[in-house]
Amino acid sequence: MDMDIATTRQDVSGVVQVQPTQGDSSAKSPAKPGVSIVLEDKAQLRANPPKARSEGLNFWYGTNQALKNINLTIPERQVTALIGPSGCGKSTFLRCFNRMHDLQPDTRYEGAIQLRPDDINLVGKEVDPIEVRMRIGMVFQKPNPFPKSVFENVAYGLRLRGIGNKTELAERVERALRAAAIWDEVKDRLNDSALALSGGQMQRLCIARALATEPEILLFDEPTSALDPIATAKIEELISELRETVTILIVTHNMQQAARVSDFTAFMYLGELVEVDATSKIFTNPAKKATEDYITGRYG
Amino acid sequence: MAAAEQTTLEEIRRGLSWRKQLDKVFVAIGLALLFGCLAVLAILFFDLLRDGASRFGWDFFTNFPSRKAERAGILSAWVGTSLIMFVTALVALPVGVAAAIYLEEYAPKNWFTNIIEINVTNLAGVPSIVYGLLALGLFVYAFNFGQSVLSAGLTLALLILPIVIVATRESLRAVPKAIREAAYGLGATRWEVTKDHVLPYSTGGILTGLILGLSRAIGETAPIITIGALSFIAFLPPAPISGEFPFLNFEWLTSEFTAMPIQMFNWVSRPDQAFQANAAAAGAILLGMTLLMNAIAIWIRYRFRKKINW
Repeated sequence: MDMDIATTRQDVSGVVQVQPTQGDSSAKSPAKPGVSIVLEDKAQLRANPPKARSEGLNFWYGTNQALKNINLTIPERQVTALIGPSGCGKSTFLRCFNRMHDLQPDTRYEGAIQLRPDDINLVGKEVDPIEVRMRIGMVFQKPNPFPKSVFENVAYGLRLRGIGNKTELAERVERALRAAAIWDEVKDRLNDSALALSGGQMQRLCIARALATEPEILLFDEPTSALDPIATAKIEELISELRETVTILIVTHNMQQAARVSDFTAFMYLGELVEVDATSKIFTNPAKKATEDYITGRYG
Repeated sequence: MAAAEQTTLEEIRRGLSWRKQLDKVFVAIGLALLFGCLAVLAILFFDLLRDGASRFGWDFFTNFPSRKAERAGILSAWVGTSLIMFVTALVALPVGVAAAIYLEEYAPKNWFTNIIEINVTNLAGVPSIVYGLLALGLFVYAFNFGQSVLSAGLTLALLILPIVIVATRESLRAVPKAIREAAYGLGATRWEVTKDHVLPYSTGGILTGLILGLSRAIGETAPIITIGALSFIAFLPPAPISGEFPFLNFEWLTSEFTAMPIQMFNWVSRPDQAFQANAAAAGAILLGMTLLMNAIAIWIRYRFRKKINW
């Protein structure tokens, strides 16, 4: 474990060396994977236009408060990673963004998640959770394709939006499959059952399914925890590419993964947001003792 | 130290062989009981076949009942049973599935739903004659459907409703939460999740439940006697499909009827020994129908399992 952390640090510091501080100019051009990390991270945090901001967000399962006063800005077209020990509320927080909690009885939100630019409150009572889910996509922990054909899996979200035109469906399904880097593997078997794919292919299919409807934010809930290292590497590469077009929020248990794919990292503990900063900063020079303890493997 | 270890190893082996013996004893007992049960069914079936052997033949299926045993057949009985089963399936499937979907997907979890759930299960235990009495008062007299195929079909549909509801709920519940979340995550409404995913993926279980319900209904005697099945019918209900406009004919619904178990009951209660052979033959055929339906249920379940493997 210690060795892993050491490697991670080396990676991160390597990145830092490659990319000297550029101030605001680096934030404007779409950054290449792993290159956007700059030392003046506070400055960059301000420079990236925010896509969403959680303001004083509290969340309850029954009487059990799972999230306590979370204030976090999600920068547009960047990857923000949520890390923290099991039960710290990172998945709970992620699921607030597409109102998945509304499917369970006896859950309650307080505060706001403002979605830019139209400033609707994603967790507001007046906002329809279905409308929220149509704007914000999600990829789950275990690959969960529908037991239908590959094509129908990706087309489903489009059909829900009333797209029935065959040419348009075919075109948009292909675009999504290409964006999820799985087109070449499935183009000859679009009508085969999605359950015949391998685990890694299934997860990329699920990413394609979420991408097909062009979401404003894409949520990843530990997307590689059920996959082998090779499939994991492919998904991580994909996430790095996707940041050019979509804002990404990812929950991960794997700190190296957070270091590899994310631009910003938020550390959560016991339902609270402890620290958020540029990933390079969090992994090399965290401001809080708790963050340092966690990333050096003292608990979690 | 070494000696101590050896004893332990020997002890382990001794204990292991004894435990393995127990394992074998259980297998033997299990197999014996299983074959015992199957043997009873097989003997019953072959006994019926032997007793009724003289009566099997095309005529038996195409003849109406008669006062002469050797000319009596089950035409009106099997046609009646088929029509009743058709009505039963047509009513029990949509009502049962809709009730199950409501209870499983929509109903809030509170004391009222709990009471409904407990009572659905209780309904499965209500004696069938009670359903017969209910149907006599409700369908035959209050709704004035008369002593008809329609009344019988509705009665048996009520009878198997709990079976269909419970089976449907179980197969709805078997659809993984992850699949529902995937659909909700794309912005589907509850109804869209149900109609596009949950229902299609549980079709196998639902149809299996329906067929098992029907195979129970097909042998039910008490409720249809109660609502007034006739034991001697020498005519068929009007055909459902006709050659002239409007091609579909619903008069058969209100026709008087008999059914396989009624016909058997009638023959068994005759003093003339010759009718016993008729009863045995009809019994074998009824049992065969039940086994066939169960086989279809197993086949359906197997096919859907192969297609959808979570």
